[in-house]
Amino acid sequence: MSILILAEHDNVSIKTTTLNTIGAAVKIGGDIDIVVIGSNCGVVAEAASKISNVNKVILADAEHLKHQTAEEIAPIIVDLAKSYSHILAPATTFGKNALPRAAALLDMQQISDIISVESVDTFKRPVYAGNAIATVQSSDSIKLITVRSTGFDAVDATGGSAEIENYSVGAAVNLSKFIKQEFTKSERPELSSAKIVVSGGRGVGSKENFDLIEKLADKLGAAIGASRAAVDAGYVPNDYQVGQTGKIVAPDLYIAIGISGAIQHLAGMKDSKVIVAINKDEDAPIFSIADYGLVADLFDAVPELEEKL
Amino acid sequence: MKILVPIKRVVDYNVKVRVKSDGSAIELANVKMSINPFDEIAVEEAVRLKESGKVSEIVVVTIASEKGQEQIRTAMAIGADRGILVKTDAAIDLGGVEPLSVAKTLKALIDKENPDLVIMGKQAIDDDSNQTGQMLAALLGWAQGTFASKLDIDGDKITVTREVDGGLETLELCSPAIITTDLRLNEPRYAKLPDIMKAKKKPLEIIEPSDLGLDYSVRMKIVNIAEPQPRKGGIKVDNVDDLIDKLKNEARVI
Repeated sequence: MSILILAEHDNVSIKTTTLNTIGAAVKIGGDIDIVVIGSNCGVVAEAASKISNVNKVILADAEHLKHQTAEEIAPIIVDLAKSYSHILAPATTFGKNALPRAAALLDMQQISDIISVESVDTFKRPVYAGNAIATVQSSDSIKLITVRSTGFDAVDATGGSAEIENYSVGAAVNLSKFIKQEFTKSERPELSSAKIVVSGGRGVGSKENFDLIEKLADKLGAAIGASRAAVDAGYVPNDYQVGQTGKIVAPDLYIAIGISGAIQHLAGMKDSKVIVAINKDEDAPIFSIADYGLVADLFDAVPELEEKL
Repeated sequence: MKILVPIKRVVDYNVKVRVKSDGSAIELANVKMSINPFDEIAVEEAVRLKESGKVSEIVVVTIASEKGQEQIRTAMAIGADRGILVKTDAAIDLGGVEPLSVAKTLKALIDKENPDLVIMGKQAIDDDSNQTGQMLAALLGWAQGTFASKLDIDGDKITVTREVDGGLETLELCSPAIITTDLRLNEPRYAKLPDIMKAKKKPLEIIEPSDLGLDYSVRMKIVNIAEPQPRKGGIKVDNVDDLIDKLKNEARVI
């Protein structure tokens, strides 16, 4: 087996989702190469070369690759594909955008969002919003796979010493033009990789009240999440959303505050190690999966918790 | 401008699905079926563009059994003008018509219909693949604007704001292009009774995959489908002090 990993990065540093993706590749077994596609991203290739389990780093560096659009990435993957049995990318908006485009050009049926490796051609993936787990077997000659990062342990970011090979980048496809990026600025850890997540739901009641959630999160050094109901109500931006239609998280500690526990939310956090629910409705479905449930008015319990921690 | 909107017939969003006892498939008998919610957003977006005068015709396409006509009629009640059903008895959720097959079917139809824009859901809520739009864009050699939360059309200029991890990204796409919708693009309307009646008279063409030179061979075989391991509930704590004690001394997570 020879496996190619599509690295997720911002031209400065490697995202931890890449390390989880390599974790999945280790389960498949075989030589693991990483391709870093971007602009002025030599520093990323350097970092990639130090990741454990990595055999070779391929650096595709060109100005027109700066924003890593699918249209520019896909031809590079297609060109590299013939040397590999598997091509893996993280199942993030980056990987989900780029990899299917390469898969179609290669005439391969991609396997999305795997959570376990059963053998070199057989994988488990959640379907129907996580309400069922399908075991699928691919007969394609190259398996293009996106990996759900919460399903696999990250490999060590250090300990390796892979060689870096420069890839000769072709001309730009120029089908799309980058206009702007608006990223939510935050001193807090990233939601999908945080050790602790504090999430608020519709019970929080308003945008202003979300202050309570933020204070508790800051006390714990946690990331902030939200249910879809809280996003729909306009309390927080959409990129806070945890759930089947938002982010999938699996932190060591997940604290759900004023969240009733709709199926779609549970699908996004039920693999957390420890779940705490604070809700005044003792029949809320969230309590059926919480390790520790506190039936209380969040406006009393959350400030008290923050103060006593 | 002509828009093509592919839609998918799926188990309704509110239905709690069950796995068949032999683990071969999801139980679909007597289950409420609807338009995939992301595709409904795509139909709504196309209709809004038509209402703003930028679009002259909206064609909806689905791949399904005979019953796929129901979802086409629903899309027509929202405002689509014409429908095409590619009729198949293969499973469309799992282990039958796979995303690459769907993309190839759509490409064959697009070669005939020549739309200027395709708007479709970012993923179907049954197989959760999130592939078809990207694959279709690849097969056509078109630009792709995936996970759209905002779409602006100004003549030939297509500007799309995408929901990406960490925030938003705005791109300008060459025309023609594929747009895949995210949840916040719009809120689909409820079809009114007169529109539902009118939809029944709109043209709906039924074709077979073989008419397009396609067969739906399976590359990704379903070995088994199972219910996920249920997570066991824990205990209720009495108060905040009790909770802090448990988190520190029992779970050891803080």
